Amino acid sequence: MLRLTAGRVGSLVVSRATVAWTTSSARMASHTHEVTEMVDMSQPMYLDSQETPLPDKPYKDVLTAADKSLKQKEKGPWSQLSKEEKIALYRLSFCQTFAEMKQPSAEWKTVTGGIFIVLGITGLVVLWQSAYVYPPPPRTFGEEWQAKQVQRMLDMRVNPIEGFSANWDYEKGQWK
Amino acid sequence: MFRAVFRLSATGARSLARSRACYSAPLASRCYSHGRVETDEEFDSRWVTYFSKPDIDAWELRKGMNTLIGYDLVPEAKILDSALRACRRLNDMASAVRILEAVKDKAGPHKDIYPYLLQELQPTLSELGISTPEELGIDKL
Repeated sequence: MLRLTAGRVGSLVVSRATVAWTTSSARMASHTHEVTEMVDMSQPMYLDSQETPLPDKPYKDVLTAADKSLKQKEKGPWSQLSKEEKIALYRLSFCQTFAEMKQPSAEWKTVTGGIFIVLGITGLVVLWQSAYVYPPPPRTFGEEWQAKQVQRMLDMRVNPIEGFSANWDYEKGQWK
Repeated sequence: MFRAVFRLSATGARSLARSRACYSAPLASRCYSHGRVETDEEFDSRWVTYFSKPDIDAWELRKGMNTLIGYDLVPEAKILDSALRACRRLNDMASAVRILEAVKDKAGPHKDIYPYLLQELQPTLSELGISTPEELGIDKL
């Protein structure tokens, strides 16, 4: 017999499908003081899906007396059913209509908003650390040192044909 | 016929040549690896027969419909007619409406398929007393 806490069911949700489960806490069964919603995975489950229009079981299987009498009436000619009765029969068997299934959600706004917030926090962390965490830069980065370094490279004639010193006009003492 | 016109994905140049013919005419035809290709009519009649089983049970109806909806095509009116009659034999009106919803969804952006199917199925719908999702108002939110 397969038993599964409702929290683990989330990983089994098929794409584009919503499972009609009740909300419950995602806790381990070992926490005996908490009551978790146990889903018996060995039984057929209800699932609203565009890909499987007829799920393994009807949505409502515990029927009231009114529902049962409606089900009896269903055995007769369907033209005798009123519009409301037909809708009621539909809702007994199915949780969501296709239109309700395909409803777009605003989840994308939450996701992109969350991404930008996290990027923003990361940016703040980077700024703070460049001010407070990094040690002072090496002296070789300074303007004066860099100037002396360039002068030394020119004196050495570094890459005089195609590269560095080739761009320096030695007669005029300036960059070409 | 229907499937060829409204094929939802491009499957390239499909020829209906049998594999035997391919060996003798290597230039003209493109072959499948083995076996013969089922024609549209054979496909349709196979499914009509499936749903026409007099003592079809609820599981077979669900399995058939879910499989059919899984294919890359919109089922022909005669297959749907057979399926709706199977729903009647099983006294399952809700599934009949669900089938119509599923078929409309299957047509996707091709908005002219569903009205055509309803037109073709109108005699059956009136005979069995099945309301369309539009008549029940469940096609809207």
